[in-house]
Amino acid sequence: MDDQPLRVLVVAQHDNSQVSMETLRTIKAARLLIMSSEQHDKGAVSVFVAGHSCETVVDSITAISGVDKVIVADSSDHQYRLAENMAELIAEIGQDYSHLLAPATTFGKDLMPRVAALLEVGQLSDVVEIQTPDIVIRPIYAGNALAKVKSLDSIKVITIRSSAFDAIESEELVSSEDKKVKIERWDKSIKAQSTEFVSQLKVESERPELPEARVVISGGRGLGSQENFDLIEQLADKLGGAIGASRAAVDAGFVSNDLQVGQTGKIVAPELYIAVGISGAIQHLAGMKESKVIVAINSDPDAPIFQVADYGIVGDLFEIMPELIRSV
Amino acid sequence: MKVLVAIKRVIDPYVKIRVKSDGSSVENNNVKMTMNPFCEIAVEEAVRLKETGYADEVIVVSAGEHGCQEQLRTALALGADRAIHIDFITPPEPLTVAKLLKAVMQQESMLDEAGLVLLGKQSIDTDNNQVAQMLAALTQRPQGTFASQLKIIADENGNKSSVEVTREIDGGLETLKLALPAIISTDLRLNEPRYASLPNIMKAKRKPLEVLTASALGVEEVKHQEILEVMPPVERKAGVIVQNVTELVDKLKSEAKVI
Repeated sequence: MDDQPLRVLVVAQHDNSQVSMETLRTIKAARLLIMSSEQHDKGAVSVFVAGHSCETVVDSITAISGVDKVIVADSSDHQYRLAENMAELIAEIGQDYSHLLAPATTFGKDLMPRVAALLEVGQLSDVVEIQTPDIVIRPIYAGNALAKVKSLDSIKVITIRSSAFDAIESEELVSSEDKKVKIERWDKSIKAQSTEFVSQLKVESERPELPEARVVISGGRGLGSQENFDLIEQLADKLGGAIGASRAAVDAGFVSNDLQVGQTGKIVAPELYIAVGISGAIQHLAGMKESKVIVAINSDPDAPIFQVADYGIVGDLFEIMPELIRSV
Repeated sequence: MKVLVAIKRVIDPYVKIRVKSDGSSVENNNVKMTMNPFCEIAVEEAVRLKETGYADEVIVVSAGEHGCQEQLRTALALGADRAIHIDFITPPEPLTVAKLLKAVMQQESMLDEAGLVLLGKQSIDTDNNQVAQMLAALTQRPQGTFASQLKIIADENGNKSSVEVTREIDGGLETLKLALPAIISTDLRLNEPRYASLPNIMKAKRKPLEVLTASALGVEEVKHQEILEVMPPVERKAGVIVQNVTELVDKLKSEAKVI
């Protein structure tokens, strides 16, 4: 396998108007994958975009240098990108590729194993490092161990943990005159027989999205109430950061589920992570311990969060937080 | 209708795991084992479907070592009717598990009849998050992954025909309507699992537990991956405790340079 040029297909996640940050990082991972192969000057990255009226998405992907081809399936069947509609299509297109990549978001996690099973191959989930075209590193046991895994399949299906890969820099974009990307239209669409979209409820927020925020302020059970979460919001707004939460805070109803950071929620690796009133259970640490700088604010000096924090402050968060909000 | 629940035996989530010094795997000798937390939620949901009259029978199935029977008994104590243990020395890979579950669905005539297969969205050991989606692909059935709410819907003749699933997605929630039989994977917020009572634990000992092998189910194990090494992650070392907010802000500004 290693002497063949790699053909990598990235499945794009988008909302019909904007391509997700995680997809851009997955494209970066696709390029690193090609660089890890012997024939790294010959490999090619294609991007698959399924959606409805998604031309702006196609445009922004064609602007990324290193993308050789964009395959577009524009159909009302792909308005909501249901796994049942997309999987067969990707499995069919994927036959010609050595690697199929998608971000390990709820989108990629839902879709890719279905594709892998249709191709009769395994999947490498949540990959954080690519060593060779068939050897990767992925965390197991909530990130308490790392497994070096070798894929034995002819087509490798991989989901990428975006926090472990860099974003596309602006100098990696090409101007519209220099675009040489081939665009292939895919007319055939497969409409699911058994899945029907009913509704979607998106949480609107002015703040940056969790996975792309430079600063994340997370609150836990220690905040005591939904109203007190206001302290987290104020600090986040002061620092231009995103808001996160522990499972306890979500279960107590302080904030919505999509803000949960941890093994079963979002994995983040911001420059600064401030954990407020969070004890630091294994499952929470799994989602944030790759952050560059960790600050813990907790009244319990024995809280496990202090074992990973670069800066800790022991005390009552209701005294510390207002002062911190004033002084930053 | 029948509800099939797949469960996995894993190291207890509160155990601090240790990587073996030879790098072959994590230490699981004399370590507390339990039912994967997401699987507990799947069992609870199935039992609730039975209690509300939607499900006629709840079958739990697990593939793995002999010890799995302990977790199957737990599921029986929680209210499942019968159990199937698929005997395996090493835990099979997700695609093999999906093939085994398909074979069980076949054996239980669940491929066409209204019914549900409930699974946890991921096991907390391998963190793959794959089996439900793979099973849905192999059986050509709809999938409702990361479910936080389920509602069985009857057609005009009163037959259970579909399920409305609210899914936890990045940025919010999504609701899909799936024709039965459907494959559902559970998120943490679907329900709060109950505890087994002592009388129910005693009763569970007399409930049927069938032991099968992969070959009896006509499934041949194919190896798709090889674990070359298991390594401990780079340890983060504890930093400093600061005395007050002024010191914290000062360190963040001048030392860490992050604000």
